[in-house]
This record gives sequence, structure tokens and C-alpha cells, in this order.
Amino acid sequence: MSQVIVVTSGKGGVGKTTSAAAIGAGLALKGKKTCVIDFDVGLRNLDLVMGVERRVVFDFINVINDGIRLHQALIKDKRIEGLYILPTSQTRDKDALTREGVERVIEELKQDFDYVICDSPAGIEKGAFMALYFADEAIVVTNPEVSSVRDADRILGILNSKSRRAERGEPPMKQHLLLTRYDLERVARGEMLKLEDVVEILAIPVLGVIPEDDAVLQCSNNGMPVVLEPKSIAAQAYMDAVRRLLGETVELRFTTPPKKSFVNWLLRRSA
Amino acid sequence: MQPPPQSRPASDHKAQPFQLRGSVHTILCLRLLAPTDPEFLPLLRDKVAHSPDFFRDAPLVLDLAPVADTPPIDLAAFVAELRRMRLFPIGVQNATPPWQEAARSAGLALFGAGGSGSFPDRAASARARPAPPAGRRGAGLVITEPVRGGQQVCCPEGDLVVLAPVGHGAELVAAGHIHVYGPLRGRAFAGVDGDARAMIFCDQLEAELVAIAGVYLVAEDIDPRLRGRRVRVWSEGERLVMVPVP
Repeated sequence: MSQVIVVTSGKGGVGKTTSAAAIGAGLALKGKKTCVIDFDVGLRNLDLVMGVERRVVFDFINVINDGIRLHQALIKDKRIEGLYILPTSQTRDKDALTREGVERVIEELKQDFDYVICDSPAGIEKGAFMALYFADEAIVVTNPEVSSVRDADRILGILNSKSRRAERGEPPMKQHLLLTRYDLERVARGEMLKLEDVVEILAIPVLGVIPEDDAVLQCSNNGMPVVLEPKSIAAQAYMDAVRRLLGETVELRFTTPPKKSFVNWLLRRSA
Repeated sequence: MQPPPQSRPASDHKAQPFQLRGSVHTILCLRLLAPTDPEFLPLLRDKVAHSPDFFRDAPLVLDLAPVADTPPIDLAAFVAELRRMRLFPIGVQNATPPWQEAARSAGLALFGAGGSGSFPDRAASARARPAPPAGRRGAGLVITEPVRGGQQVCCPEGDLVVLAPVGHGAELVAAGHIHVYGPLRGRAFAGVDGDARAMIFCDQLEAELVAIAGVYLVAEDIDPRLRGRRVRVWSEGERLVMVPVP
């Protein structure tokens, strides 16, 4: 049974593409055949973050509009078995996405893949709408700050009212909260919202809390899903989230500040 | 004999080019207590500047009851001033014949004696208030899912009950009471048909705005000591009363 999952947020810059790449890669590492689609037509970041930008020939828009076959556009990841990327076009805009075209591509992918991850653009316009319309589950990415949480709330409303499931009166989309860039020190200082506050406002189950981690930026610059850096805490937190997505019960980690021991202090100094 | 009318263009599939239907709107009412007061326009401008989004291009009915015994002012000029503040006067209510004449020549519609929009008259409080709508007419509505920012839940006939959080930027609208068993972070409009007896109840008051029968309070004007508490809101005269409930 194939699942279509949209990674969305409303607000830009909260880590949608990073999370889509990490979770897509994590699912593939867990043996699930996974395809990640970039819906951010015109901006095109997913292939960069996943390090396949030099192998893009055809894209999602070509498949929808120009009679290119899906397998010609899909890019197979060379590092992780079972991970595929469907990149998007940088020269077109979001009007190139038609509902019928997107549906055709997603239906075809569902024949072949266990998971289809839709990496949504920011905003609540057509691109974001197309990314969420066909989804069975949603991962709502938010940072621990007020405007991002507000936008996440807005997106949750749209998921509940504008998706195909909602229009057809089917059981509502499963929604997960992914809190990224969780900076424990700043949370402790009261500069950022606590996990509990975010959960209280959004009232959906937590899929994961990704701590602020330099490894995220480094991996993204190197075109590598962060889960391929398994020692980093962000990778561990993403893998925990993937396990939860697959139905396992995994306790939350990295949500309380580590004890400041002498050894830690030494490690930090030498780092 | 006239030839039969030419057939209509193919695109025009309807037999009639229009539909005429009744509809009910909640409209702001501006009560003219002393329209000749030189401070009238500056004070009003001040009020509008306070909540520009709320007032922008808002249709407005002028209530002339308090000035019934005074000669009419130049309504056309007055309306032009209001337009300049981006208010949109569309008519008058409670107009005596001379005022009716002034309203007509200013292009304003004549509304009957104000129903829901009429203000309680402090000077003549003995005079019977217009009868509030007889009971709650229709079905209530129970919402079990969170109401998210940008969503509006409307219960045009009865009470609205929400058993989940109401997010920032969400709107609840009901003809009757509004109950929120959870945090109320958005806006709540109870008694929108003008029922001033309607109330708002919530488990956790964090509202952006609460309104009952058109009388409203924005977050900034809500007593900060009530924030986050379980609160009941009702309307008394022209003001909203909020008290914590245990």
C-alpha cells in the first residue's frame, strides 16, 4: 500500500526541503522504495540538497506537459538503494502544474513506490496546493517561533478543507508535527517557543524534534541528505522520526539540554 | 405586429438575466448624537484610525433617532466627509420627514426603525427596546476538530460549540452563544443577528477579538488578567462584560 506524504509548512525557510530529503532518504535506508518530488517549480532546491543537480535531464514539468516518460525524469540516488528524486523545472512557473497532470504522475508513482514524498513550496498558493492535494499524510514542518507556528496552523486548516480527501469526504489526512531547528539553549532562555507550547497551539501529534545542528547546513551544502551523517544529532533525530512514521514507538530525544559535564566542556573546547 | 425578439446569444443559458433575493447583512450603525459638534469628525477619524482594517470601506447606516427634533444638516457634505475616512454610508434609519428629504437628496436609502442595529437609548431607557429576536431559531453546530487560522465557522441560526482549540486568525460566527472548550485564540462573533443576550464562553481566553451583537473588544482592550483564563463574556448596554468562571 503506497503512501503519499506532503512535507509542508506555509512559511518559507523552516526546513521543508531538508526534511523531505532526510525523511525520504531515511525511509529508503529502512528498505522502503521512496520517491521525493520537488513541487517548488521555478526555484528547484531539492536536487541540489540531494546532490543530483548535475544529473537532471528531464523534470516533473516535462512529464506533465511535454510527453516525457516518468522513468526518463526519475533520478536514482547513487548512495541509497531505493531512493529516487523527481526534480522540478527552474525555467517554468507553478502554472505549469495541472491537477490532472500531477494526479497522473502520482498515480503512476504509487504503482512502483512504497512512499511518495511531496516537497511543497512555501506559501499557500498553487504550488503548495498541488503538493498537498493528493496526499494521504502530511508532515507539517515548523520552527519554534511564533510566525512559523501561525503559518503551520493555517496550513493545517487548508489540509483539512482543500485536500482531495477532504473534498471526497474520506477519512482526514494523518497529520504530523516536525519541529526543526530546535535550539535547546535558546528555548531554555525563553527566546524560542517550547515544544509543549507548539504542540498546545497546533494540537497534532509530534513526529519528531530536530535539534539545531551545524551538520544540517554542511550536508545541505554538500548535496547530502543529513541522515547520511549518522553521528550527527540531527540525523539521529530524523531517523527517529522515520521510525515513528513507520509506526514504531520511539521516545523523543534531544529535547532537554545535555548536562554540562567537564568532559562535554573539554569536547566543546577541542571542537 | 412586432417581430419576435431575436434569440439570445448562446452563452446566455438562463431564461432571466438576474435573480432577486432577500438577504440579511450585519451593518455598522453610526448614531448621530451631535453631528454639528466641531469635534465630531476629528473624533470619528480617530476611532477609525484605531482599527483601519475593521472599518475600511465598511457599509454604514446613520441612525438619526437622537437628532429627530433638530433640523437636518447637509447630509451630502457629511457623507462626503465619511467617504474620505473610507466609510461607506448607504442609508439612514429613524429619520423624520425633513431628515428623510435630506437623506433622499444625499442619495441615501431609507431604512425603517432600526432593529438589531439600534442602540439602547440612555435618555429614554424607559421606552421599550426593540424586541430581541424571538428565541434561538435554528439548529446549533458542534465542531470537534480544531479551527485553524484562516478558517471561518459560521452558525447562522443557533449556538456554536467548539470542542477543540480555535487558532489565531480563525473566526467563529454564531447567531446565538459561542462555547469554546479549549483555547480561543481567534475571533468570536456571537449574536450576529443582533441578539445582545448572546454570550461567549471559553476555557482559555486568548482571543484577538470578541464581539456580541456588534459590540466588540480587541485583544489590546481586554484586561490582561483575564488572559488564559476561563471566561464568560456578555453584553451590558454598550459594553462587554468579561468575568472569569471557576
